[in-house]
Amino acid sequence: MIPLSFYLILSAAFFSIGVIGVLTRRNAIIVFMCIEMMLNAVNLSFIAFASFFGDSSGQVFVFFVMAVAAAEVAIGLAIIIALFRNKLTINIDEINILKW
Amino acid sequence: MNIEIVAFAILATIGIASAILLVLQKNPVYSALLLILHFMALAGLYLLLNAQFIAVLQILVYAGAIMVLFVFVIMLLNLQNEQALVDNFNIRKIVSFILGVVLFLQFAVFFLVKAKNDIDIKKSPDSIDAGSIQNIGEALFTTYLIPFEIASFLLLVAIIGSIFLAKRKIE
Amino acid sequence: MEIKSLLNILPILIISLSILILILIEAFHKKSEIFIYWITILTLIFTTFLSLITIQDQSLNFHDTIESGGITNLFYSLLLIISSLAVISSKNYLNRMQYHHGEYYILVMSAILGMMLMASSRDLMLTFLALELMSLSFYVLAGYHRKVLFNNEASVKYFLLGAFASGFLLYGIALVYGAAQSTNIIYITREFDSLLNKPLFTLGLILLLIGFSFKVASVPFHMWVPDVYEGSPTVVTALMSTSGKIAAFSALIISLYGSTASQINYETVSKIIALLATASMLLGSIVALTQTSLKRMLAYSSIAHAGYMMIGVAAANKIGMAGIIFYLAVYGFMNIGAFILISMLETSMEKRLTLDDLSGIYKTYPWFSAVMALFMFALSGIPPFGGFFGKYYVFISAVKADMTWLAVIGVISSVIAAYFYLRVVIYMYFRREGENQNLYATAAENFIITVCVLFVIQLGITPGVFLNIITRFLP
Repeated sequence: MIPLSFYLILSAAFFSIGVIGVLTRRNAIIVFMCIEMMLNAVNLSFIAFASFFGDSSGQVFVFFVMAVAAAEVAIGLAIIIALFRNKLTINIDEINILKW
Repeated sequence: MNIEIVAFAILATIGIASAILLVLQKNPVYSALLLILHFMALAGLYLLLNAQFIAVLQILVYAGAIMVLFVFVIMLLNLQNEQALVDNFNIRKIVSFILGVVLFLQFAVFFLVKAKNDIDIKKSPDSIDAGSIQNIGEALFTTYLIPFEIASFLLLVAIIGSIFLAKRKIE
Repeated sequence: MEIKSLLNILPILIISLSILILILIEAFHKKSEIFIYWITILTLIFTTFLSLITIQDQSLNFHDTIESGGITNLFYSLLLIISSLAVISSKNYLNRMQYHHGEYYILVMSAILGMMLMASSRDLMLTFLALELMSLSFYVLAGYHRKVLFNNEASVKYFLLGAFASGFLLYGIALVYGAAQSTNIIYITREFDSLLNKPLFTLGLILLLIGFSFKVASVPFHMWVPDVYEGSPTVVTALMSTSGKIAAFSALIISLYGSTASQINYETVSKIIALLATASMLLGSIVALTQTSLKRMLAYSSIAHAGYMMIGVAAANKIGMAGIIFYLAVYGFMNIGAFILISMLETSMEKRLTLDDLSGIYKTYPWFSAVMALFMFALSGIPPFGGFFGKYYVFISAVKADMTWLAVIGVISSVIAAYFYLRVVIYMYFRREGENQNLYATAAENFIITVCVLFVIQLGITPGVFLNIITRFLP
């Protein structure tokens, strides 16, 4: 029998790796993948709680998070494509005309 | 040795390894493939937690649809080289790495020590039923009817927004 | 029973239906922008009246997920009035930029739908979806003109940071769910005090707060604000800096409403909020001093204003909550007025307006500079205008909650902030005339500015009337 804390710590580990990825990587697409990883880490927490409570509303939440993630991916990749067409780069260090 | 613990250990190892490799990988295509592996490991963990329906969705939606979109865009942009990404370790990267590790340790200590009593619960015997399609569908179409409808608007906005930003010509 | 529930949420149904109709018109009708523009405005006005008429009958619908009437409808009307002001000004602005498309109104309407749902949602699940609906529309709107690099950059930054922040928000919700076994806000509000004994719940609230800090533009997720406000089309900035903030604060107030009943256990969270508020106020006011770009300066001032409003959340009493709503209303009107005035000077999306562009402008456009000066005085919180009372109520709530130091910091930061607001006035009135500026003012813009001025003055002269309305509807 695996205790709930194992799942939560694993989920925190995934989340933290995602955060590190977002902060260290400069390729917009990889940054975006790391964000997806963070959302998935949270999903694991939700499912773990839901399963230990025997409650299906946590699983419904994960269902919605998936819908949000799908929508976010579509919009996000479109935004990245629009940037790439104008600037020919997706390195977020190079998008810096807005600075003082 | 319990089969459940073995499965958990294997899946957790795959999940963490693929996540770390994803962050370290230079080539975005490899990163995308590693992300698929990561999602697969998560689907396995969901199965361990008796969430069959979500496990199937995880593979269909994430590994299937979302990752295909990622790979497709990477191919479309045809990015040559992303040099100077992993090579130079500058101060900001080290700081953010330490920040992430501290974040993880905070959470781990929090779950193990501070919130120990809050999460010290036995797995509910209802969990097998809770993960069934029937129960999820029932919750989805009764209690969470409004969120469900709003999710459809979310997808609609995603369609309109991405077409508007990325289509070739706007008349 | 269900029909009754559907009637209760009629404002939301009308907005959703109008989105679908607008999509169909846009798809089957060429050159339909003007048509869509009018339908959008009429729908918004009609819905505003509808929500004002039905403000009395309060009810919970669809298994306690969505509320109608009372404070919800108050938020509806506030959001709708302010958004419709932004929409009215959009037509001329977008025509001038030669990028007027029907999709703009569809996306604005979906953002409004998301905002209204954030105010009415009583389940964290719906709050999250509504927030994402608003954010996704704003991500696209920030990058509205896809040929303009400014817009691209703004939307990429907004999107990446927004998605990052919603990860934290989601984690917060997960932990709250783990502690409460439910995502229903009404249940959480009722059990708030006992739940606060669980460290899991406290951590969840803190993460939730960090996630929300992105949407309300306060520290720690404030770094996107100046870049996105400056890079987006000015009408979009006007919309997201006012309505977006109102919606985010409404969701925050509703989620944390249980805190007004509990005082002892809330201390940890309250201290963290107070810290964030202090940081936002000081950072916003001090960095704004160094700015020359007008939109950027207003962006930093928006961070500072989020800090003032956070004081009310930290104080966690009824006056604080009412004060925030009052402040939001005033802030909405004065900020939208200021942004629309700036948009009237713009000739292209690539040009950023600086203070120099305003120098000596009062000679050519006396009315423009008078109104601009009025908004600047109101934003800095000088007495006869509404901005003063917004701050006053929030500071009072801090004093009542034994947080006098927070109010003192608020006053100090207002004094610092007064300098850069007044600098705009000095440039307009006491500098030598610069290059000749063109002012694009039509009936629509004049109308909006008049409405904003009237509300700002009205809320400053008789603040008690509106505050009474708010306190009557607060549960």
